[in-house]
Amino acid sequence: MAIELKMPALSPTMEEGTLAKWLKQEGDSIEPGDIIAEIETDKATMEFEAIDEGTLAKIMVDEGTENVAVGTVIAMLAGEGEDASDVEAPAASNNEVKDVPGEGKDVGRDEDGTDGEDQGAKPARPERRLQADPEIPHGTNMATISVREALRDAMAEEMRRDERVFVMGEEVAQYQGAYKVTQGLLDEFGPKRVIDTPITEYGFAGIGTGAAMGGLRPIVEFMTFNFAMQAIDHIINSAAKTNYMSGGQMRCPVVFRGPNGAASRVGAQHSQNYGPWYASVPGLIVIAPYDSSDAKGLMKAAIRSEDPVVFLENELVYGRSFELPELDDHVLPIGKARIVREGSDVTIVSYSIGVGFALEAAETLAGEGIEAEVIDLRTLRPLDREAILESLAKTNRLVIAEEGWPTCSIASEVTAICMEDGFDHLDAPVLRVCDEDVPLPYAANLEKLALIDAPRIVAAAKKVCYVD
Amino acid sequence: MADRPDGERKAGSNKPALALHVPEPKYRPGDTVDFSDLDIGEPGKQPRPDEACDPSEMGELAYGLVRVLGDDDKAHGPWDPKLDPETLRTMLHNMALVRAFDERMFRGQRQGKTSFYMKCTGEEATSVAAAMALASDDMVFPSYRQQGILIARGYPLIEMINQIYSNKGDKLKGRQLPIMYSSREHSFFSISGNLATQTPQAVGWAMASAIKGDSRIAATWVGEGSTAEGDFHSACTFATVYNAPVILNVINNQWAISSFSGFAGAERTTFAARALGYGLAGLRVDGNDALACFAAQQWAANRARANAGPTLIEYFTYRAEGHSTSDDPTGYRSAQERTEWPLGDPVMRLKRHLIAIGEWDEERQEKMDLEAAERVKAATKEAEKNGILGHGLHHPFRTMFEDVFEELPWHLREQSKQAIREREIKFPEGRPNA
Repeated sequence: MAIELKMPALSPTMEEGTLAKWLKQEGDSIEPGDIIAEIETDKATMEFEAIDEGTLAKIMVDEGTENVAVGTVIAMLAGEGEDASDVEAPAASNNEVKDVPGEGKDVGRDEDGTDGEDQGAKPARPERRLQADPEIPHGTNMATISVREALRDAMAEEMRRDERVFVMGEEVAQYQGAYKVTQGLLDEFGPKRVIDTPITEYGFAGIGTGAAMGGLRPIVEFMTFNFAMQAIDHIINSAAKTNYMSGGQMRCPVVFRGPNGAASRVGAQHSQNYGPWYASVPGLIVIAPYDSSDAKGLMKAAIRSEDPVVFLENELVYGRSFELPELDDHVLPIGKARIVREGSDVTIVSYSIGVGFALEAAETLAGEGIEAEVIDLRTLRPLDREAILESLAKTNRLVIAEEGWPTCSIASEVTAICMEDGFDHLDAPVLRVCDEDVPLPYAANLEKLALIDAPRIVAAAKKVCYVD
Repeated sequence: MADRPDGERKAGSNKPALALHVPEPKYRPGDTVDFSDLDIGEPGKQPRPDEACDPSEMGELAYGLVRVLGDDDKAHGPWDPKLDPETLRTMLHNMALVRAFDERMFRGQRQGKTSFYMKCTGEEATSVAAAMALASDDMVFPSYRQQGILIARGYPLIEMINQIYSNKGDKLKGRQLPIMYSSREHSFFSISGNLATQTPQAVGWAMASAIKGDSRIAATWVGEGSTAEGDFHSACTFATVYNAPVILNVINNQWAISSFSGFAGAERTTFAARALGYGLAGLRVDGNDALACFAAQQWAANRARANAGPTLIEYFTYRAEGHSTSDDPTGYRSAQERTEWPLGDPVMRLKRHLIAIGEWDEERQEKMDLEAAERVKAATKEAEKNGILGHGLHHPFRTMFEDVFEELPWHLREQSKQAIREREIKFPEGRPNA
């Protein structure tokens, strides 16, 4: 059977080119490796080689033709025992893969020609598919504990449970952590599982990624996420994509954790919220808890996750104490938001330190007769759309409070969700309450003005309720 | 910014004007190449220290060149790995197969069967011989020019071609640029398109192996150009600080696309000498001498396995072909460099050695080359049944959503359903190519 010679893609970006010159003519015999033609791309002139042997039966595209699309049949090669003069231009055969508008020829399909398991099924709104927080048994003692201790306890419990788990980072061992989150871990687990590292975030993020590929469960502490900017290549281009790029062969179960967001007067380079950055990346799980119970329960879940997790803590919240159920194994579901305060008039969605401001705002609003429902997202990826939309359906008004910049933020994402799937429930535009869109200033007065606070959330909530 | 505070450009004083050096390769297109000033030492003269030696004893080895095969095609000196003829023939066969594979894939790219390919011509020994010196389950973190490792480990050619064609047989489900292989079964990590990221990851993997009390070591390969990346230096730091059981292989093939090795610092020192500052064992090896490559890798593997420390090996070689199918090296370097390269061709040198010791002949070589070409051709034909670039024989549409996470999350399930529904509306009669 005659072989079709097609316009080759001579670089990954080439879509069309010029057929500059035919070096073989109809009737010429061709050996593998013979140069048949010269093709000009936008980058260079490339030689088009034969891979098969035969006779050049028919030239379909004349030399000098410009803008020849990749994949166009440019010539026919008659194989051994074929009469070159009998070779015809290719007729559209039944087996030929045709162009599909908007999809090119790359129409992948299952062997049976269906798109997959869901073929024919009418897509329904997703069922309630997230498990709720586990019930806390009646009579469970509630301890008061700081977020710092809750995180430490979560790591210690998981390290006792699974010897593959270890912690590494700057100052995590001897110094007990720059913010004392790893307090006591070196004493209990020793220097092989609580490892002080050289000062290179890029370096130890790569080491942690490799260790996770090697079957361990690293917890990589960044002194703050500001310093993880160096390491973002390993987090995004290696950890988050290993599973996908290897076709599901290789995993990278690593937890990258540390304080995130503005602290107090540490200036522009040390006061940023990376939640939206990481939450935009497929393959990463991003968690940003507020209170002790969520910090502990979600840290334990993060360490057990088969997927890489970015766990965003907050320096200003480390010292705050909250109630925590005293359970043997307090693990919470990833991807599930929590209603921290019920209300009927307006929904305030927040996460991390913003939840504190939102609760404060809700108290103020209650004093003015407005009952706000406060939702703590807890996980930023995957985002709990249902919790947002269910609350919106109830209150019909929504405000997002986020300690971070407004542009391309979690707030923007929540707004998009409300537009796409909650439009009919909206009685007012969704409003974002975020930091000012400037690098955070150092001076206390300016810093205070640049960050979100409860009064701004109150004002936004009243605006969407049309009171004032 | 370089202007003085008062805006004057000239200092006006008698201090000497500062001058900058921008590296420039010796030879450009059309130049006559003379490599006679290149000090390549003499085969068999380099000492082979104890595998557990202190790195400070290795200064000479980081600046010299470990060579085994001499101009007489015999093996010389303490680095001769004394391999049996059967192993040598296997090595030669693997290298010939790599070369045949490269030839056919390159032509396949020129025929439009794939968008991209990278040959390793001239560098076969640095992956084939090195891989043969490791245990088959030692974890490797290669760069993009170590197809020789997969071939030495017996990875089926058809799997490589399926990946290159990104067809329905591609184990990586059409997700990776051609040649970015991945095989857990062959202890071969998913090749990264970001330069040098594999180096700290290999060290991390090796540290994990040590933490687990396992016996497998890790080895990584990186180009000399990529040693300029911060990652390479992090890898050296961690490897030495924690005495990780790892081998850092630097392939100095003289060219990083069009940037010659001088842009990574080769005008001032050797890449093996980088090891000295870190307190790593450093070896500089003739990368076109398969026996030297094997011996160096074996030395480093024994050292790592005995907890005696990591090793940085520079393989001094030459990239005989373009960087990739997208590159045309005639625009920036002299074509004579390849022919004048004083260390010859690794496949021919090993062939001549086998003949010199009476274990091989031209007839068998010819037969082997032919068989290699036929084997590659057969695998190619077989792979083409699974489709080639742009022919529609690809992974089912829905697989796009798989493997982003361990389990398909609800939002991707939802996206997948929505996409399927849109396709049903778009193609009410069924899809045209189904």
